[in-house]
Amino acid sequence: MYAFSYHKPATAQEAADLMASADEGAYLAGGMTLVPTLKQRLAAPSDVIDLTGIHGLRGIRTLDGKVKVGATTRHAEVAANEHIPVLADLAGRIGDPHVRNCGTLGGSVANSDPAADYPAAVVALDATVHTNKRAIAGDEFFKGLFETALEDGEIVTAVDFRAPSAAAYAKFPNPASRYAVVGVLVARYGDQVRVGVTGAGPCAFRAANIEAALAADFRPGAVDDVGIDYGDFNADLHASAEYRGHLVRVLAKRAVAQIGSADSG
Amino acid sequence: MTAETGIGASVKRKEDARFITGTGRYTDDVSAPGQSYAVFARSPHARAKLGGIDTSAAAASDGVVAVFTGADLQADGIGDLPCGWMVKSKDGSDMVQPPHPPLAIERVNYVGEPYAVVVAETLEAAKNGAEAVQADFEELPAVVDLKNAAAADSIHDAAPNNQCYDWELGDGAATDAAFERAHHVTRLHIVNNRLIPNAIEPRAALGEYDAAAGSYTLHTTSQNPHLERLVLAAFVNVAPEAKLRVISPDVGGGFGSKIFVYAEETAVIWAAGKLRRPVKWRAERSESFLADAHGRDHVTDAELALAEDGEFLGLRVRTKANMGAYLSTFASSVPTYLYGTLLAGQYKTPAIHVQVQALFTNTAPVDAYRGAGRPEATYVVERLVETAAREIGMDPSDLRRRNFIQPDDFPYETPVALTYDTGDYEASLDKALAHADYAGFAARKAASEASGNKRGIGFSCYIEACGLAPSQVAISLGAGVGLFEVGEVRVDVTGSVTVTTGSHSHGQSHETTFAQIISEKLGVQFENVTVLHGDTGRSDYALGTYGSRSLAVGGSAIVKATEKIVAKGKKIAAHILEAKEDQVDFADGVFQVVDSNQSLTFGEVAFAAYVPANYPLEELEPGLSEKAFYDPPNFTYPAGAHICEVEVDPQTGVVRIEKFVAVDDFGHIVNPMIVEGQVHGGLAQGIGQALLEHGVYDETGQLLSGSYMDYTMPRADDLPSFLVDTTTTPCTHNPLGVKGCGEAGAIGSTAAVMNAVTNALGVTELPMPATPETVWRALREA
Repeated sequence: MYAFSYHKPATAQEAADLMASADEGAYLAGGMTLVPTLKQRLAAPSDVIDLTGIHGLRGIRTLDGKVKVGATTRHAEVAANEHIPVLADLAGRIGDPHVRNCGTLGGSVANSDPAADYPAAVVALDATVHTNKRAIAGDEFFKGLFETALEDGEIVTAVDFRAPSAAAYAKFPNPASRYAVVGVLVARYGDQVRVGVTGAGPCAFRAANIEAALAADFRPGAVDDVGIDYGDFNADLHASAEYRGHLVRVLAKRAVAQIGSADSG
Repeated sequence: MTAETGIGASVKRKEDARFITGTGRYTDDVSAPGQSYAVFARSPHARAKLGGIDTSAAAASDGVVAVFTGADLQADGIGDLPCGWMVKSKDGSDMVQPPHPPLAIERVNYVGEPYAVVVAETLEAAKNGAEAVQADFEELPAVVDLKNAAAADSIHDAAPNNQCYDWELGDGAATDAAFERAHHVTRLHIVNNRLIPNAIEPRAALGEYDAAAGSYTLHTTSQNPHLERLVLAAFVNVAPEAKLRVISPDVGGGFGSKIFVYAEETAVIWAAGKLRRPVKWRAERSESFLADAHGRDHVTDAELALAEDGEFLGLRVRTKANMGAYLSTFASSVPTYLYGTLLAGQYKTPAIHVQVQALFTNTAPVDAYRGAGRPEATYVVERLVETAAREIGMDPSDLRRRNFIQPDDFPYETPVALTYDTGDYEASLDKALAHADYAGFAARKAASEASGNKRGIGFSCYIEACGLAPSQVAISLGAGVGLFEVGEVRVDVTGSVTVTTGSHSHGQSHETTFAQIISEKLGVQFENVTVLHGDTGRSDYALGTYGSRSLAVGGSAIVKATEKIVAKGKKIAAHILEAKEDQVDFADGVFQVVDSNQSLTFGEVAFAAYVPANYPLEELEPGLSEKAFYDPPNFTYPAGAHICEVEVDPQTGVVRIEKFVAVDDFGHIVNPMIVEGQVHGGLAQGIGQALLEHGVYDETGQLLSGSYMDYTMPRADDLPSFLVDTTTTPCTHNPLGVKGCGEAGAIGSTAAVMNAVTNALGVTELPMPATPETVWRALREA
């Protein structure tokens, strides 16, 4: 780790001011990505600005069928919350207990790691990402590999998720890191279906063709003939792009089956 | 008194109290006043010419004490890191041992190879200094692919075609003849994947120099501190042997990777003398991935010739073995004398011929890793046997029975230079089949298929040669050292006992197991026995721990020392009790005159030995302390049967181990609980090789699996609850009748898993590790 100045501001404005005046600032939330990067000397920020001292960023509230999760809320807290079961299930499968007690929703979303779990929920659960400046639709938030709609210095303050009528998250964990090789979140809102995919592409996305097929026929078999274009999918030691494409279909079917069995049960 | 703590009792481990309360004392826990910190500059290239190294910026960096390069060590007379086993090629020529300077001098040959060391006041300053070292690299094309290494550029001038040696064992003509009359031949192409050891404690070293005494002390994470001292003194010229003390305190796992003498502790102890102040180094995990010796990495073509009734007629094996960039300390012995000699397995195959070509590549050095050669041999034999059974339509257990060496065949001389002393292979297989409910497999398979899954079962009947080793045999085959062990039993004035052993515990539980032996043999309370190890200042020269040798060789030395204690105790007791020496018996801690009520306790005799008021001083030295060296007359031959049952999800390719049965014959067992733990750990590593672990370099020689983000260590939820049992044929040639248990799990299990997976998929060959995508592709192509 290189030396840096550490700050723990009490307000988002103070944090943004610190970032604006830093040579090379970095926001720190749970530190699950930043701290290992610092330890390996792969990043050398002049100033690390800890967001966990900002009042009002942590906690879960419900409002008009939506659940608002503060940006510094820990994964373990979301996992223990009953308002949106699929979100709790997803959060409870991130990393390991250490990660879940340190990692934050805001940190995960703002980082747009292609293998993170939360982004699947942001796109599938019709979310709104709130920042210190504005509100951004979940569908518009992820722009690419580690790229989001956030401007320089902009701070995620909370994410609103719309509670679905039924939903399930199917995840194929990386055997080494337990990140998502592919994760598919299928959510029903009455007749509407939203499908969020993480792990497969450069960033999380909605699978419009799977959504269309399921809107017409909400059964696992409906996904069988949906074409998955894996041309720009990720490839690494653990999974080729083609295999990831295959997993998107398999996991979508499993999520649908899980919803189906829950409905019938 | 000793029934609960003697041989055969599952005594809880003495070590665990400190380990689970965080009070163990590991190398990095040891610090010295005025200590400085070393960080190594490591090659970012797999192969490059190393031009000038500019250390001026590093030397000027804040807090830096000194910067040293390979030229500095060389100028001070520091020698190369040697390989301790000379293997000869089949044409009689010596293996090629290229120069291996501790810090690279003219070339760098793998990513992570150290080429400079920076010593500084703090770790942070040393890291900054290491980043400031400027080296002029001229990149060369890297040789990475083992299969084509012989056709690539030569990495070392001394090794044309990158060949280290081309070795053979067995009777080629007899084997050819066996194949000519074969009814059926089974052939397999086998890749034994590279593994990275990953001990939980990274390697570390603290070097100290005492200017007044002119002596050095090196604390380091070694499985064999005496060997470390010998090599550093005799070959690397750090200091005369008597001026160098090597201490290997608590060590958190080794699995072979801490046998070897590495560049880092060499540079650290040398620098401590040069700078006249203590120098500390501890590997970061990423350094461990890059620069610990790796394991396995073979490519093999193997053929088994069978008669019509399934009798094995001959076995032919051609292996390319990856040595990495340099020869590590025992690298040459692993794919030869620890591999070729095990190819008979548990079978009466009459003709065997093996050729092994060892090759250099631009990858980290490869050396012994848990099992070392024997897992690779078992994998070849047991994959072949299982495949042959499927091809000729015979039950795999029946084919094995047809060819097993039988109990009345022992001692059995194999065609590959070993003489097995004892065993009962069918007993283990029968027990394993019962535990596995083999008869119920068909029903379970049908149930899996009904739910859309595939199910398979696989066997592995392994043998290993352990208890390394008869010194004269090893030396005649090229070993540079003997392989005996030493044990010293020092009885204290009050009757408590301190034992020193030259073997070393880095997870094996010597403090408990060896105390049980003393409790049994001398009748001393288990709590009153202290076992010391890991310090050249405390014990005589001996060889350390690897090859499942601690109990069979080190324990035998301790038994011999206890026999000397008892013999002397009888003389003392006879004197005091005014009896003839041959009339004194010793049992359960009491010296007793036969047919009388005259007796002395062990403690009373000890006291008399140290306070010799009534004592035959003219005939007998005072004191009660004895030492014994033990050189084993043969290897030991643990063997067993492993059965694995898997279910495969054909949609994703995920393999789930439903059941794993291991029935092992370790001879007599001192502590069944500890043995079971050793088996569990070995099974996890063997299953890890089959399904999860893979050391992967890209074509430029960059390590892709260089962290836990990509190198898949087995975890609890990857593994089933193991079903472990034993059978017993005592070793015939050591005083405890023990064989060793440390490596068996890793040796036997890998083939059982892959036999099960290939059975489920209905394929013949499948690369390891059988990752989900690998399995999914195999199913798609099947």
